[in-house]
Amino acid sequence: MSEKPATLPTHVGLFATCLVDLTRPQVGFASAKLLQDAGCQVSVPKAQTCCGQPAYNAGDNADARAIATKTIKAFENFDYVVVPSGSCAGMLKHHYPGLFGDDPDMAARARSLAAKTHELTAFLVDVLKVEVTGVAFDGTVTYHDSCSALREMGVKRQPRRLLAGVGGLSLKEAKESETCCGFGGLFCVKYPEISGRMVDAKVDDIVDTGAGTLLSGDLGCLMNMAGRLHRRGIATEVRHIAEVLAGMADGPAIGAAEKKTD
Amino acid sequence: MSNARGEILGAIRTALKRPEAYGAENISVQQRIQAHRANLIPARGRLGTKARVDLFIREAEQVQATVARVSAPAGVPREVARFLAKNNLPMRLKTVLETSGKVIPWSEQTLLSVEEGRADGSEEVCVSQAFAGVAESGTLVMLSGADSPTTLNFLPPTHIVVLGVADIAGDYEEIWDRLRREKTTEAGRFMPRTVNWITGPSRSADIEQTLLLGAHGPLRLHIVIVDGDA
Amino acid sequence: MESTAANFKENALGALGDARLRDALDKLSGGFPENRRKAAERLPEFEALRDQARDIKHHVLENLDHYLEAFEARVVEAGGTVHWCRTAAEARTTILRLCKQAGAKTVTKSKSMIGEEIAINEHLEHHGVEPVETDLGEYIIQLRREPPSHIIAPAIHLSKEQIADTFREKHRDLLADRPLEEPRALLEEARGILREKFVAADVGLTGANMLIAETGSTVLVTNEGNADLTYSLPRVHIVLASLEKIVPTLEDATTILRVLARSATGQEMSVYNTFCTGPKRPGDLDGPEEFHVVLLDNGRTDMLGGEFHDMLRCIRCGACLNHCPIYKSVGGHAYGWVYSGPMGAVLIPNLIGMENAHDLPNASTLCGKCEEVCPVRIPLPRMLRAWRKRQFEAQNTSKAARAGLRFWAFFAGQPWLYRIFANLAVGALHKLSRGRGRFRRMAFLGGWTTLRDLPAPAGKTFISQWHGKKPSESGHE
Ligand code: SF4
Repeated sequence: MSEKPATLPTHVGLFATCLVDLTRPQVGFASAKLLQDAGCQVSVPKAQTCCGQPAYNAGDNADARAIATKTIKAFENFDYVVVPSGSCAGMLKHHYPGLFGDDPDMAARARSLAAKTHELTAFLVDVLKVEVTGVAFDGTVTYHDSCSALREMGVKRQPRRLLAGVGGLSLKEAKESETCCGFGGLFCVKYPEISGRMVDAKVDDIVDTGAGTLLSGDLGCLMNMAGRLHRRGIATEVRHIAEVLAGMADGPAIGAAEKKTD
Repeated sequence: MSNARGEILGAIRTALKRPEAYGAENISVQQRIQAHRANLIPARGRLGTKARVDLFIREAEQVQATVARVSAPAGVPREVARFLAKNNLPMRLKTVLETSGKVIPWSEQTLLSVEEGRADGSEEVCVSQAFAGVAESGTLVMLSGADSPTTLNFLPPTHIVVLGVADIAGDYEEIWDRLRREKTTEAGRFMPRTVNWITGPSRSADIEQTLLLGAHGPLRLHIVIVDGDA
Repeated sequence: MESTAANFKENALGALGDARLRDALDKLSGGFPENRRKAAERLPEFEALRDQARDIKHHVLENLDHYLEAFEARVVEAGGTVHWCRTAAEARTTILRLCKQAGAKTVTKSKSMIGEEIAINEHLEHHGVEPVETDLGEYIIQLRREPPSHIIAPAIHLSKEQIADTFREKHRDLLADRPLEEPRALLEEARGILREKFVAADVGLTGANMLIAETGSTVLVTNEGNADLTYSLPRVHIVLASLEKIVPTLEDATTILRVLARSATGQEMSVYNTFCTGPKRPGDLDGPEEFHVVLLDNGRTDMLGGEFHDMLRCIRCGACLNHCPIYKSVGGHAYGWVYSGPMGAVLIPNLIGMENAHDLPNASTLCGKCEEVCPVRIPLPRMLRAWRKRQFEAQNTSKAARAGLRFWAFFAGQPWLYRIFANLAVGALHKLSRGRGRFRRMAFLGGWTTLRDLPAPAGKTFISQWHGKKPSESGHE
């Protein structure tokens, strides 16, 4: 990664997201490494939990607002807030400000947080303008554009640009890379059969690419697709893109066994 | 039910938080209508005469119309006879002879039997004259009127349309302007009972998404472009 | 039209198990979206035209009263009549009265979603007037007494075999063993039967894609030409349209037509775009002697100025259905009423009540594809969320879901407590997974694990590991 002048390092607050925090810490470490390699000072506030999206999407704005307030307070003093998820980044960037319609002070703070919130790959490419060098990953991958990353955060070419710098990696695009995987937060629990039809179509599309590894920037989608791939006995590995970009893709893939027994 | 009008308008004004019925908005609405300014017009149709006619033909053929060119109205009957013969169709057609458009010397083509009037569904072939063509999408513009009954355009399985080359415009907006220019009556109105934009022959994909031509309207649409002065 | 929107879940399950429906939906997703993409690519101005189409509709809604009055005045000048109707019932009564005045036995109809909305066919039939749908797809579902499953392709859910069976059952006068294997044969049969109806009809009832304030014209868009036979042959032409169909000028209508067909089917233009203005003129050889416009509110003024105001921009192109992964999984009938897909999920609760369509706003991943393709850029996901919010506030969300959410929100709002429990929970779950990396079953996530494995947590939370490893960089609290 390229150097940044050492005068005043950019101070980034890493919003790890609850799914990364609870289920896949290495995505957090990989994200931090990418940011540090790019010359940023990285902090991980302990006061972070969830972005509040489950409540917000269920129409529970009061709870979403309470959670948003905590998040704003925990992150508003950084130069940037970076999120290894298009979905949670979208929540901070596009939905927090609207939660404070009757509170101009908090609304202003929400807007200023929104203005400095970025999805991880977009931040690396668009703000830090770094390239990936010196990292290798042997194999063919395919990339799933998660809905929020694509449509709320404008993330499309950034992950591909970064992947192009990974030695040994070749990207095989899926025909339906922009189609929803059927996760949808609580949707997949409330309407499991519809969600199942959607993720099956997705899995078929992934298999069609012949890629050995599926990457994306949103852990929710990845867990959904990994869960279905495994249930159908398909060996495609599933990882968060940060793991590959940071050269930390040597541990077990999402949902894969720790030892080679499964 | 007599009060429905008042109640609906009242409900609209309440919803828009604008209880005053007539104010500045009404004037600006009237002005906007009167100005009828064109919105963005795609660049596609903005071409010189030859390229415009070529685009019209390409677009019309793209949607399964067929196109022929003749050098003068006198060439239309021969072209129609040729087209009918080629498609094994009877040499009989219905059209309107008295027209404000091109006078076509049907009687010179003795093979053809020409009936006059509106269509009633018994015809195999009808011929009508277009007010204009639009290059942008290969569209024909037909106006209803004493010399161009609407039924000619829809009832027969084969519809042949005569179109003057000078009447091919780049875009639809030119046609609206021309209509306002040429057709405005003393009462200030210019729309005929019916304006039909026709882009290709009738079609349906309602059965398993299979595209079939000739659903209710014509199965064949043949456009005869008449070159030379109109 | 009876609604089964309240049974969305059961409807959807039935649909998911229907192999024929699946084939039909696969065909749909193979066709329309790809064609739309190509059409959009061919027109460099497409995105800018979408902005303008949105702005035109937006402007009209802001001045709806003025435009409706202007429209009415022009209709009257052209010799037509406008009938204002507040409710579906008023519109039904008005149309029936006009049919009776015309002494009508048969009414031909070209596809009108508003006609479906007010169930005009049932009403006419009930009063001894035969309504005949003339759009091929609409004719088929009328024979089968089904609602449309798509707003522009009403019989999209049927196979040609099903249609052939229906024709054999209903067209009793024809030879029983006639060949009906090919779509062409089905089309020819329907065309022949409908020809007689067109000629026999006393009244033609059409919808309208737009109403033009400048000229008092109504705009009809079809590919088959059925609408044109519907208004040009009978003595009376009735147009049924809802208030929000109005546009200011011919130029504005033109802009909307440029995005309509491209968004709907991927055509540059639909085959027939028709502008009707008043009745037949002196000297005209054909055309209707009477021209009536039935202007229907039916809930529109309630949407105006509120959270669902923008939904009134909808031009019924169907793009949001064609691109919706939920629609493509369950089809249109699952939604249980005349509309479906994302626009249906927003509109149906507005028209028949939220309590009768509880699932519709929830059965979405909010993936945003609908808004991405909507020609008038309606923020459909935002409006689905607005319904969810109303449901939550009205305590319509299920008890279990509310309790779960409150529980989660409570912890998410107390970071220190959250940390303690999170670490305990992921530790326990990790142990439970015994190094397999995933679960095949998980009691509290039953729905998830019927079809998928659940990836197991790694054992320690990221935050605790980070702060354990790098106390120096723990940053602000
Ligand atoms: S909501 Fe938009 S995309 Fe859907 S039918 Fe209406 S105009 Fe078309």
